Amino acid sequence: MMNFLHKYASLRNFYFLSLRLSRWLVLPFVFTLVYGLIGALWIAPQDYQQGESFRIMYVHVPSAWLSMFVYMNMVGAAVLTLIWRVKLSEIVLRACAPLGAIFTFLALVTGSIWGKPMWGTWWVWDARLTSELLLLFIYFGIIALFHAIEDRRMAAKACALLTLVGAVNIPIIHYSVQWWSTLHQGPTVSKIGAPSIHIDMLIPLIVMSVSFTLYFIIMCLARIRIGIREYDKNSNWVKNLVTSTLQKEHNQ
Amino acid sequence: MTLFPRVVNETTSRELRKTFRNPSEIFYPLIFFVLVLTMFPFSIPPVPGLFNSIASGILWTAALLAISLSLETLFKADYGSGALEVIYLSGADLVLVGIGKSLGHWIISGLPIALLAFPIGWALDLNFLTLWVLVLTLMLGSATMSLTGASISALTVGLRGGGFLLVMLTLPFFVPLLIFGSSAATNASLGIVPEAELYFLGGMFVLSLTVAPWATAHAIRIRLG
Repeated sequence: MMNFLHKYASLRNFYFLSLRLSRWLVLPFVFTLVYGLIGALWIAPQDYQQGESFRIMYVHVPSAWLSMFVYMNMVGAAVLTLIWRVKLSEIVLRACAPLGAIFTFLALVTGSIWGKPMWGTWWVWDARLTSELLLLFIYFGIIALFHAIEDRRMAAKACALLTLVGAVNIPIIHYSVQWWSTLHQGPTVSKIGAPSIHIDMLIPLIVMSVSFTLYFIIMCLARIRIGIREYDKNSNWVKNLVTSTLQKEHNQ
Repeated sequence: MTLFPRVVNETTSRELRKTFRNPSEIFYPLIFFVLVLTMFPFSIPPVPGLFNSIASGILWTAALLAISLSLETLFKADYGSGALEVIYLSGADLVLVGIGKSLGHWIISGLPIALLAFPIGWALDLNFLTLWVLVLTLMLGSATMSLTGASISALTVGLRGGGFLLVMLTLPFFVPLLIFGSSAATNASLGIVPEAELYFLGGMFVLSLTVAPWATAHAIRIRLG
């Protein structure tokens, strides 16, 4: 385990591993996106109550799922940063935060667009919406803290601690807000037993969620590579990499 | 006083001595608290009884803002003068230092605000049960805020835009306190005994007492490298 960690947590090895990984992931991403969109826009039947407008669910639900999935990743990276002081996890933390904020924002906007025809209003102070909004503010706080501290390693450690404080608080926020008021429809996919959603609607939803997750991984890896290059900018391998890329461009 | 470990006692009494040497600072959060309250009647329609019906929520919001802002002073002076570094190097248990700092901060800001809420609520015609519940929830809630906020205050000490950053980072975490605190007071004003909310606030206080000082200690270690 530790050997494995040392090999891939070395920034240089991870850089080239992530390049290969991204190449393998592009094809599944495109495939799931195309298949998911076809399934979402044509194959899935109309909803008997919500008509065609329920189809925004295929963007809304994956975004909402990712807004939480990204945070879970950040918690993992934060633990690695604080306990084992893995350099790579500091970069992962930094790479994840803006992506998480974007998906949270997307979930809020698509939810708002969905809410207008369904609930007759763009925004209600409903439990899920409000806790998602607070999640967005927590992401903003983490990003702001990253920018406020000059020293990169100190910034990463401070943000790791803040991420963990957030991880303790997010469930409390979620349940207290739920206790406060709710209007949002209950969960339909993760319900124990048979999901209360038609199978033709469910499959594209799952495919779209997989597609969004792959997109997140590809984007995150790209951001991690930028982070690694910044981190190791004084080492020889990064210098060689940059000069060889410049030469290639020059020759073209 | 053998109620607390020595480090806690020393830190708390040092905080209090520091503040009482420059006593005008005690009044800043209190004046801010009353000022925010004064702004509300101007901003809501002058319907009779409207302000009264939302008064406990507004009191809670104003207290939340005042305490969040006052958290900045918790580490600022010590960080600037180098005292924090001396404490760090002295080998004192930083967890206990964190508890002592939070306790000192609560005595200076949370407790006076909670006590001040009593006469203000009285003037706003809240009934007796509501007043007691309000003061009690403010005491519990502000203690939780002092504990949780200390960790974030230590993280952001000495940074550019420190005050704004601190309030931005702390407010989302204080939402549960606001929900339970103000709904306890609202329920009390309707004649319902707000047992559940008080238990929740107590639970959150105990959670922050057990977890937050460790986060504070770690935050100090991170910021001092």
